[in-house]
Amino acid sequence: MGNNRPKLAVWKFASCDGCQLSLLDCEDELLAVAEAVQIAYFPEATREVVEGPYDVSFVEGSVTTPHDEERIREIREISGIVITLGACATSGGIQALRNFADVQEFTNIVYANPQYIDTLDKSHPISDYIKVDFELRGCPIDKYQLLEVVISLLAGKRPNIPTHSVCMDCKLKMNTCVLVAGNEPCLGPVTQAGCGALCPSYNRGCYGCFGPQDSANTDSMTEVWRHLGVADETILQAFRGFNGFLEPFKGASERLE
Amino acid sequence: MELKVLQLDQLNDLIQVLIMDDYQLIGPKVKDGVISYDSIKSSSELPIGIIDHQSPGKYALQNIQSSRFFGYTVSPYSWKKYLYPPVQSLFKVNRNGKGISFEVTNDEPRYAFLGVRGCELNAIKIQDKIFLKGNYIDPNYKRRRELSMIIAVECFNTCETCFCDSVGSGPEIPDGADIVLTEIFEDGDHYFLARSETEKGQDIFNHLKLNDADDKHVLIKDAQLERVRTQLKRRVQTTGLKSNLMANPDHPRWDEVAERCLACSNCTMVCPTCFCMTVEDVNDLDGTTDRQMRWDSCFTSEFTYIHGGNTRESVKSRYRQWLTHKFASWQDQFDSLGCVGCGRCITWCPPGIDITEELEALSIPSNQYKKGE
Repeated sequence: MGNNRPKLAVWKFASCDGCQLSLLDCEDELLAVAEAVQIAYFPEATREVVEGPYDVSFVEGSVTTPHDEERIREIREISGIVITLGACATSGGIQALRNFADVQEFTNIVYANPQYIDTLDKSHPISDYIKVDFELRGCPIDKYQLLEVVISLLAGKRPNIPTHSVCMDCKLKMNTCVLVAGNEPCLGPVTQAGCGALCPSYNRGCYGCFGPQDSANTDSMTEVWRHLGVADETILQAFRGFNGFLEPFKGASERLE
Repeated sequence: MELKVLQLDQLNDLIQVLIMDDYQLIGPKVKDGVISYDSIKSSSELPIGIIDHQSPGKYALQNIQSSRFFGYTVSPYSWKKYLYPPVQSLFKVNRNGKGISFEVTNDEPRYAFLGVRGCELNAIKIQDKIFLKGNYIDPNYKRRRELSMIIAVECFNTCETCFCDSVGSGPEIPDGADIVLTEIFEDGDHYFLARSETEKGQDIFNHLKLNDADDKHVLIKDAQLERVRTQLKRRVQTTGLKSNLMANPDHPRWDEVAERCLACSNCTMVCPTCFCMTVEDVNDLDGTTDRQMRWDSCFTSEFTYIHGGNTRESVKSRYRQWLTHKFASWQDQFDSLGCVGCGRCITWCPPGIDITEELEALSIPSNQYKKGE
């Protein structure tokens, strides 16, 4: 592709870095990716910075400060395509647990000089502020989904990123259902696929890392878990995980309060 | 057709003859806490003394300390996973300089399926109609099907979820298999009644020294099947079913079932007749493409997404589509029901939605129906 390689930037907001590390975690494919795109801004990988504008921006993390608000709008200005990476950027992340409480109270408890803290009341997904072209779910994202997005961008096609349930992936893998045959509380039926049904493949219930599937019926899920003997408080905590502030997980947990 | 007695030690002989004949033998065995149809090499791998308990949203195995080989009912996944695999590569496209080349691989295995139940055999017959009749024949399915050998085994037990009799697919197996076995347990005697149905089946019989069966054996077998039939608790009233379903798209029961339905697609994935699929291109960074066909489901939103939106936005409309297809429009399309009464969709539905119960509720006229009936 020579000089026509798209210029790629990777940006970080409130997050743990795990998602952008998934890019470096591509190992076997990393060199091919680096040849196919020009990595222009990616502080986690290289100190070398190529000035914008950028063809593609990957954005990790959630918006939690007034400064973040300004920064994400600037990134949108200088980017052709904006793709968010992971649960923080898509739903506000685990830090969005504070959205259910009073952030000022936390600040006063945690910091010796809370007057220096300039933070928003809530942890926001990127799409609350700017138009996002594509969202990759997961905590962390799945590296094969990331590659699929990169390859699709280069090929000019729509990426194959299904929005159906984790159950579909379990069934395609011929897994034994941990919920039906193992009485294991599992969020698979309401969670979007993408991880390759990782936890159920190891006899664990799904934790909902990829957020709600496109037609999630969370109230029926609550009933199924109650039927397994799970306490409402535990069900509430299960919905209030990495994607707790994303509907319909948010509403499901609030109805259990 | 020959009716023979296959003694217990000859069951393993049968397995060895099939393996010697270059078949990849697939039969039931205990794996990951369930009865799984998997590769087996000897009769000792069969689930001896194991039975299954299936009820709405529940599955468990139990060892009943019996010497019975085929005491369970049906595995979570049907034989569909072999004849119509969940993901199939249709072809690969490679980039060669400025051109491209196509690559098709069809090294289909030669399967012998041991333990196909009446309901499952009917499901295979239904999929045969889908993939092998009409103007569009699936060449991959055709090859796998032609190469395969079916050794059916009639049921001895039932699960709470079974309803083969009322949809006309069991428990007896009149035709469609190469060999039909019935495991007989009578007055301390334990043996199989074995019937060859095709030349392929007869060829296998010729390698075994089997004694002839007589009328007494047939009577015992008939009595056993009659006992199985009376154990079946669930049933579907098929008379008037199609017209009733088609006349009731606004029945209040659809709203109720949609409240429970998780739209997770488990029912369609485990259904032995469901055949919906999608086609995806899996690309590589070096420019190679693998065009794959994979199972899809009418319960996903993507399934009915077309330009401009989704034609079945609500879960209610998706459930209604599935049920009316199985029991009504399927009849127009393939001249049979789309359901064989195996009960898998009832067992593997996390909230335990029971299609027989839904059909019964839907048979009550809308204006007389009371919620939760």
